[in-house]
Parts: sequence; C-alpha cells; structure tokens
Amino acid sequence: MSFVSRGFRGRPRDQAEAGRLPPGQHVVQDFPVLSAGPTPRTPLSEWTFSITGAVDQLKNWTWEEFQALPTERITRDIHCVTKWSKLDTHWEGVSVDTLLQEVQPRAGYVMAFSDGDYTTNLALDDLTGGKAWVAFSFAGEPLAPEHGGPARLLVPHLYFWKSAKWVRGLQLVTADSPGFWETYGYNMHGDPWREQRYSGD
Amino acid sequence: MLTVPGWPGHRAGQHVDVRLTAEDGYQAQRSYSIASAPAASNQLTLTVERLDDGEVSPYLTEELRAGDQLELRGPIGGYFVWDLEMGGPLLLVAGGSGICPLMAMLRRRAGAGGSVLTRLLYSSRSWEDIIYREELAQIGAAGTGLQVIHTLTRAVPPDWRGRAGRIDRKMLADVAWPPTDHPLMYVCGPTPLVESVADALVSLGHDSERVKTERFGPTGG
Repeated sequence: MSFVSRGFRGRPRDQAEAGRLPPGQHVVQDFPVLSAGPTPRTPLSEWTFSITGAVDQLKNWTWEEFQALPTERITRDIHCVTKWSKLDTHWEGVSVDTLLQEVQPRAGYVMAFSDGDYTTNLALDDLTGGKAWVAFSFAGEPLAPEHGGPARLLVPHLYFWKSAKWVRGLQLVTADSPGFWETYGYNMHGDPWREQRYSGD
Repeated sequence: MLTVPGWPGHRAGQHVDVRLTAEDGYQAQRSYSIASAPAASNQLTLTVERLDDGEVSPYLTEELRAGDQLELRGPIGGYFVWDLEMGGPLLLVAGGSGICPLMAMLRRRAGAGGSVLTRLLYSSRSWEDIIYREELAQIGAAGTGLQVIHTLTRAVPPDWRGRAGRIDRKMLADVAWPPTDHPLMYVCGPTPLVESVADALVSLGHDSERVKTERFGPTGG
C-alpha cells in the first residue's frame, strides 16, 4: 500500500490528461528511445515480412509488395513500461487483420520477431480485431530507424515493448512462451490498465 | 542511500522503480539505477541527477530527508547487468548520468579484487560535472587492470591533457578493445550518444550481440 511521501506535490494536474493515463504513467512531449542494443539497419531491398509457424499457408511480402497493401492512418495513445506515455500519436500502417486475411491461423499465440534477434510474445486475440498494425510511418514521416523503422509492430493497447521495433514477421505458435523482455522479467501480457509490467504482476 | 528492509539483493546494472504519492493521491513513478555494488546488505544507493524541470528528481535531491520513507520496487532488469562470471574484457561507455549502472559494475568488480580487464570511456560536459570523479580516480589507479578515460565536451581545465569532444568512431577505435578480443560492451547515457556509440562499435567490427545499451536521461514533458 502507498503512503504519502512527505512534502511531495508533483506537477499541476491536467485533469483531461489524467483520465487518459494508465496507473503510474506520465505524459511526455518528446519520443524517448529505448532498446537493448544497436539499431539494426536492414536495407529495404532485403526487407521481407513473413507469417510463419502454425498456419495453413506461409506468407511473405517484400517491401514493394507490402507497400501495395491497403493501409490505415491511426491515432492512439502509447504507454511505455518505463512510465512515459505519449498521447494522440499518429501512425500509418497495414492492419494485422489485413496480413492475416489469407492465412488460416492454427494456433492462438504469436511470437513477433525482429531484426537484431528481438522477439515478443502476444496472444492472437491481442493482434486481431483492429488492435494491431505493422506501422511504417510516424507523425507523417517514414518511421526512423531508432524508433523501429522501416516498420514496427504497433499494438497500442499493451505496453510499448510489445510493439516490436524492426519487425520482420509473426510466428504462430500453440503455446505462449516468453520473448526477449519477457525472459528478462517483464510481463507475459503487458496490459497498462492493469499495470502488468513485470512477471508476477 | 536507502535502507530497504527485506531487500533481496541485486545485480550490477539493475534499477528500482520509485513511487511518490502526494496528499491528494496523485502518484508519480520513475526508475533509477542502483549505483551501489551488489552486497549482502539491505542498503542501496541511488544516484539521482536533478533536472530543472523534473517532477521527481527535485523532490529526491532537495526535499527528501534522512528518516523519510520512500516507496520503491525492485530490483528490476535482467538484461543490462554484469556479473563477475560473465568475464570480459569489458568496455563501459557512459555519457553523463549514464555512469550510474556502470558504477555498480565497477564497484562490483573492485569489491571482488577486480581483475577483469576493463576500460571506461566516460563523457562529461566538464571536469566539475564528472560524477564519482574521486572514486574513479582511486579505482583507476589501483593497478587492477581498469583504465578510466574521460572526455570533456564543453569545457576543459587549463592543464587538461585528457581527451576532449564527443565520443566518435575515431575515439572508440583508439580506446575500445579490438573486436578479436570479443569484449562485453555496455553503453549508457542519452539517446544520441548511445545511438552513435552503438553504431560505431558495430561498424568497427564488434559483435552487435555483445553491445548492450541503456538509454537514460529526462523523458521530457
């Protein structure tokens, strides 16, 4: 249980913002960069996105093929497990529903995989029904490499480590097993509204 | 310095989440690296940089008094850590307050009699801004295979014979272990520094999997 921190006042409260923030978060105006290692730099000529694993048919897109898919512009709040939140962020990307359209998933879980050996696990439910995109543009500009460009997964309803930067594909798997940060103690699910930051939350 | 009843111990490089609660129930949370070495004790040290426009750091550095209670959670983080068993050689690169988790590693190393070959390249604005300056001079002079290399980016003292300017590829080529030594590399500091150092290390031929990064500093707002 919390106790009052003697003498702490905090910033003046913005009530409108406060209602939009999950527990423990605060709003930032910049866009912090956090990652475990050096930024991968795959040339677009070598970039592919794949759907693999427990599916009826493996799917694969080159960058050109990916760009030809229908895209959506979305505006969402995003929440990082390190406590910062950014409101009304603007993205453009291909909905994961679109990517899964021609594929029959045969399993309920996904391991998203990226350049640089990054992975993160998600339930298929958290990626479908208009909840997730593969995003290549942020704030009207091509997504910068340090923010995950050329394309990252975007799953705004979960903590942002689940929005895998430099994403290269989704592997359908029958069991939920921990990805990169999950192996290092972060929550398997990552719902900011239930403050599921670390394992055991 | 905090005394934490029931503290389970930590690994060098880990951090804690600090939570403050105002009288109206408003809460603010921030993360701080544990600067003290892992030890069989329930005391730990956080080094906090006061940000002019910060919400939590001015409270921690100016208001908090001996005897106050602080709510914290941890230790957190299993990736940006160094244990003795991981060996070396070690290349530690820090910018500003990014030295904090690396200091826990250096203190761990020193406390164990320090033999892992280690080079610390530490970028600060000026001589006065160097955190842990005296302690680094001491452990760097102890002849245990630790080299402390400072670079100053804004102001150098008149008799300065050390390096100056931001860390760049050339400085890293001079200072870093050759890739054939397969060093473990930890880089911590503001994002622009971490980004350019990590890129440079990879371009010099280092294994990107052996470069671990932690990005620090104000989150704005």
